[in-house]
Order: sequence, then structure tokens, then C-alpha cells
Amino acid sequence: MIRVVLPSPLRALAQVGNEIALDVAGDVTLRTVLDAIEARHPMLRGTIRDHTTKQRRAFVRFFASERDLSHQSPDDMLPESVAEGKEPLLVVGAMAGG
Amino acid sequence: MSGVRVLVGTRKGAFVLTSDGARKKWNVDGPHFPGWEMYHIKGSPVDPDRLYASQSSGWFGQVIQRSDDGGKSWNPVDNKFAYDGVPGTHMWYDGTPHPWEFKRVWHLEPSLTDRDTVFAGVEDAALFKSTDGGASWNELSGLRGHGSGAHWQPGAGGMCLHTIVLDPTNANRMFIAISAAGAFRTEDGGVTWTPINKGLRSAQIPDQDAEVGHCVHRIAMHASNPKRLYMQKHWDVMRSDDGGDNWHEVSGNLPTDFGFPIDVHAHEPETIYVVPITSDAHHFPPDGKLRVYRSRTGGNEWEELGKGLPEKDCYVNVLRDAMAVDTLDSCGVYFGTTGGQVYVSSNSGDNWAPIVHDLPAVLSVEVQTLS
Repeated sequence: MIRVVLPSPLRALAQVGNEIALDVAGDVTLRTVLDAIEARHPMLRGTIRDHTTKQRRAFVRFFASERDLSHQSPDDMLPESVAEGKEPLLVVGAMAGG
Repeated sequence: MSGVRVLVGTRKGAFVLTSDGARKKWNVDGPHFPGWEMYHIKGSPVDPDRLYASQSSGWFGQVIQRSDDGGKSWNPVDNKFAYDGVPGTHMWYDGTPHPWEFKRVWHLEPSLTDRDTVFAGVEDAALFKSTDGGASWNELSGLRGHGSGAHWQPGAGGMCLHTIVLDPTNANRMFIAISAAGAFRTEDGGVTWTPINKGLRSAQIPDQDAEVGHCVHRIAMHASNPKRLYMQKHWDVMRSDDGGDNWHEVSGNLPTDFGFPIDVHAHEPETIYVVPITSDAHHFPPDGKLRVYRSRTGGNEWEELGKGLPEKDCYVNVLRDAMAVDTLDSCGVYFGTTGGQVYVSSNSGDNWAPIVHDLPAVLSVEVQTLS
């Protein structure tokens, strides 16, 4: 199972707890994980990435293994620790606004 | 027993204010969707328990919420507002072409006849329609494709379609307004549109007779006379007696004719309300005194209404969607401020009282009259 921690506004929107667990078939990438999130929680479509272009929203970041994965290709493999469920992928609302 | 439900959208959540017909004692419910900008919440005239709400965030974008129980519970519906075809460009502040980009929903206007039909006015300016209670949205692209779209420019608040007025006598006729493109009318349910800006005068644009480019802030209509439209423009309060074909100024003796909201009394089609604001640079009332002005003559002759409103040191604004009227026998008038106050008058504006003092900045106020 892939573990994901969503930012609190999206937890409230999806009515989920601190962490969600997802089955992801095949490669574990940002794209496949986000596909799984949006399939399970359709109300999150458009809130993390654009509906059509699938580009990450500007103030949303992806962290794991103490690295910022936001700028990597959505088709790059996520760290093994995420793929093996040892740590969650963190979806973070960026600090903005002063 | 009759009562009212006031739907308040703020910078940091939604609030539902309820009272009986006396409108003296209020229950405050909220915040709903805390932390999110709630641009607009409005109920269906057909089914008052059906509410639509625009929820947005700079981080997470647009969400549309729907309630089927008068705001006790909510469910997110579709939030995909995809422009029809290749959206092209409009004009940016500096006059260069700029791609059309969806940012948020400013205004939701439920149908007068079907609770599942609702219109959404969005930024960058376009009109969307849902016929399935918000489960899907389609653009009425004849507006953006009118031909003048490439010349539309944003106002300071963005290029937003903020006003949607439905004609109760003709389901195919509606009016919309865009900052800063102007007002448009459709006679065929939104397939084709006509700019209706003749007679508007705006010092901020070089060609006073330009088809588009005027910064219309709000349009209001009384259901008994759909030909009569009232407009608060950036500067100037305007009136049309022919469905928007021609406009003339009715600012009359207002202390300043800059402002945002305009509304019409529920039972008196000639009685209208505005909130004069010092200027486009000073977004606060003249002399720090918060005042509503009422005309009982369709404009030109205005009276100051201030009983119960702040007499001094008040430097708030009242935004375009933040005024509403109820339909009780003694018409109630409501408005919210950027300082977080919501005021009510239960006697057509003669006396005012705050319902709440300390909400986040109020973006919109709508009222439902409940039997």
C-alpha cells in the first residue's frame, strides 16, 4: 500500500484522516499515485493538479525521503521507501502569503 | 412561521444566519469550509433547500459545493470548468494578448424554474451552465466567442464575470456583466450575445462609444419590470428602461457615485439601494460614515440612510455581491462589509442593526425568505 499525507484543507474536503493508503498497480510514480488518489476521492480532482494538463498547482509540493520531488517528471519512480509503504508521500500546501 | 436565511460568503469560510420574520434575534452557523474563500452562496428559488456554493483557494483551486438540506450538510460536485475549444487570448493590463485561464467562480445563479440548473460566472470571464445540479459544467461559449473577447481587459480584481440576471418572463433572456468588458444580453438562452453598453461613459477608456471596455460593477432588476435595469458602474449609477439597449445616468445627488452593489426593493420596483464609496482609490465610505442611499424614484433623487450604521471611523468597503433583499411584507435589506459586519434593516432601510460584527471580510450576501 502507498501511504499519502494530504494537507489539512484537502483532508477536510475528502473527509479523510491524517493519512490515506492506496493500491497502486505497476510503477509507483507521482502520476500513478495522483491517479489513484483522484479515483478514490474524485472531489480532489483539480485541487492538486490541473484537470486537463495534469500540471501540479503552483502552491502544491510533493515531499518524500527528505527531498522535494515537485519538479521531477510525474513519470519518475518515487523513492523505494514510498513504493514499499515505509514512509508516506507528503502533499504539502506551500508557505505563501507572508 | 416565516423567516429568513442569510448566506454569507467570506474570505475564510461561509456562514448561515437565520432569524424569524421579526429579524431581531439571529442564529449564526459556521464557519462552513473554514479557511477557504467563499465567493458566493445562493439558493434555488424553486427549492430553497438546494444551495450552491463557490469555494476556492489560492493553493487548491476551485470547488463547488451543493447542499440539499438548506446548508446543514454539503457535498462537493464537479469543479471542472473547461473553456470550450481553444480559449485564445484576451487583452492583459498592458494591452498585450494574454491566454484565457480559469481562476475561480465569482457568482452562481440558480435557475428560476429548475433546481438542477445553475449558471456560473467565472474568471477569466466566461459563463458556464449545469443542468444536473453541478455534476457537470459546460461553457456557453457564444459569449466569449462574441468577437470582442480578444479586446476584453481585466479590472483590478481580475477579469471576472460577476453578475448574472435572469429575466423571469423569458427563460431565454439573461444579462451578464464583466469587469472590465461591460454588460451583455442574450435572447436565445446564451447561444448568442449582444453588448449593451450604449450610454455608459468611463473616463478610464479612450473611446466613450466603445462596444466593450466599461467597468460595470453590478446590475439589478425587479421581477415585475424586466425592461428596467439598474447598474452600479465603476463610477456612475445608471438606468436602462429598454432592457439595456440604452443607459442614462441617475447618480443625481449621491455624495459619490462610485460603489459596488446595487439592489432593488422586493415590492417597490422604483426603490433602489447603493452604498457610495469615496473613490476607486479610497475603497471606504466618505468621511468614515457608513451609509446606504435609497432612491424611491428609480434614481436621481437619493436619501441617506444611516440610522444604526457607524457614524465615524468606519473604513470598510461593501463588495458587489454583498447586498440582498428579502421578500417579507416589510422588505429586509442586508449588506456585508470587508470589515466582517453584516447589517440588516427590517424596514426597507429606515433603521439598521448589525447581525454579526466580526466575521472575516464579507464577499457576498444572499438572503432566502422561508415560509
